[in-house]
Amino acid sequence: MSARNRGVAGSTPTPGGVTGGSPVTSAVAPRRVARKATRRGPLAGWLMLAPAVAAYGFFVIYPFALGAQYSFYDWNGVGASTWVGFQNYLRVFTDAEMLGSIRNAFVLIIFFTVIPVSVGLVLATLIRNIRAGVFSTVSQTILFLPQIIPLAAAGIAWSWMYAQTGTVNQILSAIGLGDFTRPWLAEYGFALPAVGLIGSWVLTGLCTVLLLTGIGKIDPSLYEAIRLDGAGWFREFVTITIPGLRQQIAILVTLTVIAALSSFDIIYTSTRGGPGRETLVPGLSIFRIGFTQSDVGLASAFGIVLMVLVLLVVVPLQRLSRESK
Amino acid sequence: VIGSRREAILGRIVLIVVLIVTILPLLSMLSAALQPADRNPIGLTWPSDPQWINFVTAFEAGHVLELMKSSLVIVLIVVPASVLIATMAGYALGNLRVPGNRFILLAFVVGLTIPFESLIIPIYYQMQGLGLLNTPWSVGFALIGLFMPFSVAWMRAHFVGVPIELSEAARVDGATVWQEFRRVQLPLAGPAISALSILLFLWTWNQFILPVVLIQDPLDRTVAGALTFFQGQYYASIPLLNAGALIIITPAIIVFLIFQRQFIRALLQGAVKG
Repeated sequence: MSARNRGVAGSTPTPGGVTGGSPVTSAVAPRRVARKATRRGPLAGWLMLAPAVAAYGFFVIYPFALGAQYSFYDWNGVGASTWVGFQNYLRVFTDAEMLGSIRNAFVLIIFFTVIPVSVGLVLATLIRNIRAGVFSTVSQTILFLPQIIPLAAAGIAWSWMYAQTGTVNQILSAIGLGDFTRPWLAEYGFALPAVGLIGSWVLTGLCTVLLLTGIGKIDPSLYEAIRLDGAGWFREFVTITIPGLRQQIAILVTLTVIAALSSFDIIYTSTRGGPGRETLVPGLSIFRIGFTQSDVGLASAFGIVLMVLVLLVVVPLQRLSRESK
Repeated sequence: VIGSRREAILGRIVLIVVLIVTILPLLSMLSAALQPADRNPIGLTWPSDPQWINFVTAFEAGHVLELMKSSLVIVLIVVPASVLIATMAGYALGNLRVPGNRFILLAFVVGLTIPFESLIIPIYYQMQGLGLLNTPWSVGFALIGLFMPFSVAWMRAHFVGVPIELSEAARVDGATVWQEFRRVQLPLAGPAISALSILLFLWTWNQFILPVVLIQDPLDRTVAGALTFFQGQYYASIPLLNAGALIIITPAIIVFLIFQRQFIRALLQGAVKG
């Protein structure tokens, strides 16, 4: 709190706050004058928008257009390029490797979205009455740690957790499940869920804390009323908690689905897509095709496809949350 | 009452399990980092003879100081410029109702969903054309652009919430747009600006794919981007790799622990507004 206040006060000393009676607000002016004064040309506004539009245009829109252009060519990045029409797009949708990476990205939604949001919901429901204190502060701090460290570091931490002599196998042996130990990231059938759980680890804390703040805003009398009604926890959960958290759930689902479909860092530092193509995701595939195999056109086409895919999944989600409001 | 009591106990148990799982990988890293550098470590153990020297080795061999410096350079390119540009744009979109603002806002909002990987190929060739490859400017400029949708949406959300009477009053007093922005709006935007700065710092510091692609020499990358260098350097020694990775993530964790409330508030609001 103190740093926050310091930041505000430090920027420019001005009397009054938003609510405090500052000299300007206390000046009661005739309405007519105000309207006249408001009619300022759009020039100033455009000038203030210009740098942002320029930055966005030059480093997002322009590369996007460039990528769209590349996607219609066969180009190795240095030599001459040949126009190939939609052939690169055709390859994206027919090549087993690229299709596999798209499938993997959708499987990751289970681990990046379904698990964190579900665990967050259960946990937030159970501890919604937790009193503010040392324990809840420490819990919040710990739950946020995975948000602070780079995803690439999470990949390194977990490759060690999953290693043959790592902590996961150590715990399994300790509780008598020694037969199940394995190098998790190196085995077919286990690598993708194992990588997915790294995502669950990263996102569960964020989901829990956001849902907990949301649940705190639900009127407690609603809970009392339904309890007096004799409703069990399940009905309480379905009729009060879920509707009350609709907005937070929509936000978290959007955020985590984007994270799942565009995962890169965790995979790059843990499995690099292996074993085989078990954990290959679109991001890594684009990186490899573009920079290792130097097929710039194909990689660009895949980039556009990924962008459209994310939009196709995310836009309907927004409509859902808006309708329910 | 009994039901909610039982619920509370169950809740605490689940919470503690989640907390343990959250902290376990970090403890595992510490455990590995303290085991002898030339041997394959074993899970979670407190070594009888903790090798604190591993941290010294990793710090020196990993050129950590150099790395932090290049990270800081990129942060300094990205954060002040982004915050300044986005604050002006957020004010224009949220308060001034510039003609065409809806279209511009929509263009920014669509940008919120763009995966960085989708643009990484053209950005590489764009930076090559500009002669900026292998310089901090390549990552810096690209990030300013890529973070712009979020930054503008964030600042706009703040300015939309400022009571309109305030700017009407300033206008009555004959303030120009710029004067109103400087003297009235900017001082009130402090909390929104500091929260945005925290988020942009964190996302730049932890940025991975752009530095990996745009900067060849790992020592010129962000610390997160340099983790691949550690993996290459220490592929034979898990203890040193973990020691190095721990050193890399420690500064962000320290800053987090100091500004905890601001961080958590910023991240929560960031999720909601983003």
